[in-house]
Amino acid sequence: MVDFYINLFSSIEFIKSYQSSIFIISVVLAGIPIFGFMAVNALVAVYVERKVSAFMQDRLGPMGHGVGLHAGKWGVLQTLADAIKLLTKEDIIPDSADKKLFLLAPCIIFIGSFVAFAGFPFNEFLVAADFNLGLFYILAMSSVGVIGIILAGYSSNNKWSLYGSMRSAAQIVSYEIPAALSLLPVVMLSGSLAFKDIVFAQTGSTLGILPNWFIFNNPFMVVAFWLFFIAGVAEVNRTPFDLPEAESELVAGWMTEYSGMRWAFFFLAEYANMFIVAGVATIGFLGGWLSPIPGYFDGNIWGVFWLVSKTSFLIFVMMWFRWTFPRLRTDQLMRMCWKFFLPGSFFVIIGVGLWDLIMR
Amino acid sequence: MGIKINNQNTHNSSDEEMVLNIGPQHPSTHGVLRLKTITDGEIIKKITPYIGYLHRCFEKHCENLTYEQAIPFVDRCDYIGSMNNDFGYAIAVEKLMDIQVPEKVEYIRVIVAEMNRIASHLLAVGVFGLDVGAVTPFVYCFRDRERILDLFEMLCGARLLYNYIWVGGVSHDFPVGWVEKTYEFLDYFEPKIIETNDLLTYNKIFIERTADVGVIPPEVAISYGVTGPNLRGSGVKWDLRKNETYSIYDKFDFDIPIGTGAMGTIGDCWDRYYVRIRELEESLKIVRQALDQMPRQGDIYESMPKKIRPNAGHIYSRTESPRGDLGFYIESDGSATPSRLKLRSPAFTALSCMDEISKGWMLADMLTILGSLDIVLGEIDR
Repeated sequence: MVDFYINLFSSIEFIKSYQSSIFIISVVLAGIPIFGFMAVNALVAVYVERKVSAFMQDRLGPMGHGVGLHAGKWGVLQTLADAIKLLTKEDIIPDSADKKLFLLAPCIIFIGSFVAFAGFPFNEFLVAADFNLGLFYILAMSSVGVIGIILAGYSSNNKWSLYGSMRSAAQIVSYEIPAALSLLPVVMLSGSLAFKDIVFAQTGSTLGILPNWFIFNNPFMVVAFWLFFIAGVAEVNRTPFDLPEAESELVAGWMTEYSGMRWAFFFLAEYANMFIVAGVATIGFLGGWLSPIPGYFDGNIWGVFWLVSKTSFLIFVMMWFRWTFPRLRTDQLMRMCWKFFLPGSFFVIIGVGLWDLIMR
Repeated sequence: MGIKINNQNTHNSSDEEMVLNIGPQHPSTHGVLRLKTITDGEIIKKITPYIGYLHRCFEKHCENLTYEQAIPFVDRCDYIGSMNNDFGYAIAVEKLMDIQVPEKVEYIRVIVAEMNRIASHLLAVGVFGLDVGAVTPFVYCFRDRERILDLFEMLCGARLLYNYIWVGGVSHDFPVGWVEKTYEFLDYFEPKIIETNDLLTYNKIFIERTADVGVIPPEVAISYGVTGPNLRGSGVKWDLRKNETYSIYDKFDFDIPIGTGAMGTIGDCWDRYYVRIRELEESLKIVRQALDQMPRQGDIYESMPKKIRPNAGHIYSRTESPRGDLGFYIESDGSATPSRLKLRSPAFTALSCMDEISKGWMLADMLTILGSLDIVLGEIDR
């Protein structure tokens, strides 16, 4: 999209000469829809999460009834009301907090997921910045947030926050490795780090019906997908890996001292990260914006639809996890990562390599 | 700016250690309990429970109240198992006054007490799930507990603090249709235990979190005076309903489930949890038998004394509440008010072994252990 804007503006005679301004305007114009999408994503995801949890727990969730001011039919306006509440809340900074870092932390966390979104393609053309290293870029950017988490925990000057951020740092840094390694088979099969090429490598069908997605490519890829998805869930701190904000242990973990607007930014980033992890899994293993029926319903608009619906399904699975499983303990989490996930992903890399060598 | 707080809790030890105050306001302390925890990283070095945030002078109040006026206060001690508290208190006063209650009243008391045991264990199980991070079983347990509370509401108008079992009788007879509704509940609830087992008990993560954690060896449990499901979780077959039969518990056929170390060591958190699950089944059995055998006719006020004025003397009587051995010591000087009333709280003794069993475990385990002990602060602080 940035390139598109730059080309567009450069083709207009009277602003052609202001090259640097054109670049900045283009970037801003590409960034606004991302921000909009993140906000809408969080609003929808929070609502869905509440409804999913409610239906799983034999409840109704947010509901609006009667006349007058209420949360709308089936409570659809509930998250909007929550957002307004959060934005208008008193801005509290604890007395003994490290003020500068306290203010900086939500920005870094938000920027982390925002810049990751910049490289995320919704279809062949709809991407803010089209890299030929897209996968690598997103993996790198999605770990920027951990700096913000550590800052938030440290600057709050609260023991719960400190515990939460230390757990989070250990967890995210550890699970980055199996997440990245289990994406390597995708790169091996497609021969590229660009999302476009990865998806193009998955076009067509095997046996006429089954789409040619990487997850169906060979049995090792199923394991790779599973490893990536679980590691991804751990990376975005969702149950059963929600130790950094473990409610029953650490009150709210590294977010304990945050409220209002800043806390809303954490929330926005959390749901954006969920979308990115689920989206990368979709692109890497589930054919990205390709239709599940090969050859039908493909196209730019359908592409966005397929990508978002596949991603939403994976997000739903994450929610399903959250409302089903208890939480792991720190040492169990680390053991799982280093003793099972890391060897597992190496095994998958070797397996996929050998399979490709023999079957091709 | 900034107020310099002189931290009086600074522990005089190496710099590696940190004092962490858990509570009095914390999601997992099950009430207003403060645990001063000395931690080394996430490892627990020492725990000191500080209690008294919910102290309401129960025992002192009782010295100024007549025997019947004390019952609502007894309700408020262990507010999760009010019926069982009332039951224990009524039995103590009746022993002091030599009152023999009619058979129908005995049946009514056993039924409501066991129903309340189910409600209490449901809360314990659900909240324990919440402590290890599983939210959904908690909601399921509360959904079922709600039906018991509805039944109690139909019975005596109150949902939590019943004031139902009185000295020498009960406040109301079963209303019309109550017995049928209770049968309905029993049929409804039986499969729900299996659901809880599927969702939580045999969940791999749950077992990982609870098995082998916070083991109370039988001798430690006995030396600390731990009773109830916590003691039985350690493999000691001790239940006052069987061992010191009171009321009409000898008429029913039920088992005393004990911890077997099925998933780890005998006396770990999983065992304590599973004993409660098994006790749900046993209580269901008792309620069903009692409903079948209960005489439908009879006057529930028959043995109720006009005024309660026991002869001078004292009595110690204990019953099996959902949390264990609930004892009442009453000293009477012949007047209408007890000159001294002492409640022996099972949750208090269970809490006292916290430090012993959670040393060396991690912060997350400590809260698991606390949850598995199923304490009620209302009873500890009184």
